[in-house]
Amino acid sequence: MNREYLSVILVDDDEGNRILFKNIFKELKIGVKVQSFGNGENLMEYLNSKEAQIPEILFMNYHISQKNSLECISEIKTDFRFDNMVTAIYSENLSENEVEEIFVNGANIFIKKKDDYNAMKKVLSEVITINWQYYTSGLNRDNFIMKV
Amino acid sequence: MYVKFDFNALCKKILDEKLKEHGLKYRLLNFGEVEFYESLTQEQHTIFKKNLEDYGIEIIESQRTALAQKIKDAIVELVFSEEMIPVKASIYIAEKLNHSYGYLSNLFSEVSFTSIENFIILQKIEYAKELIINNKQSLTEIAHKLNYSSVAHLSTQFKNMTGITPSQFQKIIVKRRKAQSLISNTRMQYE
Repeated sequence: MNREYLSVILVDDDEGNRILFKNIFKELKIGVKVQSFGNGENLMEYLNSKEAQIPEILFMNYHISQKNSLECISEIKTDFRFDNMVTAIYSENLSENEVEEIFVNGANIFIKKKDDYNAMKKVLSEVITINWQYYTSGLNRDNFIMKV
Repeated sequence: MYVKFDFNALCKKILDEKLKEHGLKYRLLNFGEVEFYESLTQEQHTIFKKNLEDYGIEIIESQRTALAQKIKDAIVELVFSEEMIPVKASIYIAEKLNHSYGYLSNLFSEVSFTSIENFIILQKIEYAKELIINNKQSLTEIAHKLNYSSVAHLSTQFKNMTGITPSQFQKIIVKRRKAQSLISNTRMQYE
């Protein structure tokens, strides 16, 4: 429990986005260890493997290829090994209904992706900080729903 | 057969055995406190810590972390208390832990990456969520129970914290439960 960092998996087809997130994570006060995947199928292959190290948070672009983000979440929700993992979905523009669907499917966080680096940093910092509180204080993740 | 546990004795015994097993020179002080006669190497510390984790025992690193934990405990007690506690949170915490609030507040922010004020709000909203899900009380009653001046005040703080309103939250949880019970029903049919 008493680690000094959060481990995170990042899934995005776009390498530029992956680099952006990694750069931001490096600048945050709370340490973040990142592992990344380029599509949904590679993610699920890893998570379902025996040697998978289950992270505290899974960050996923809403639009990922091979297996889409909603399919990944539904699959994750049926496996108790992932009960302690928080899932966060991000996208530039989704309708209210699409966001609701993400939450109903079991995701914990929706992040509206921003173009501006500093705005994005602020949002991710907020997300990581609140996750740190959930992680260190043993709060109930079933009730964890956040939209930023 | 039924068994009864003495948790205090049980935990002390495990800790005692593990410390001996690792060949450490120590003395058990109050419950949950160990004094070492020789300081542990980084490696010893890591191995010992890893071993204790199997028993669900967590090493709280330092006095600062321990104090921050005590502040969290006091906050949880304060927020979840059935009776209204008639003093301000800052006074309650300072008196309970016997330090000045300024000192505690700085220490807490450094150790926990959030302020005491934010942590109190976080806990209150968590409690509000539980009460909303239980569906036994109206939002007005929940607001009153959590010491908010009005439903609007609770809703604003809820939205600041989560990005959604209490009623949106409730709607999502209800739909999610329906979806999940469908999944587990199909699962049962297969089995």
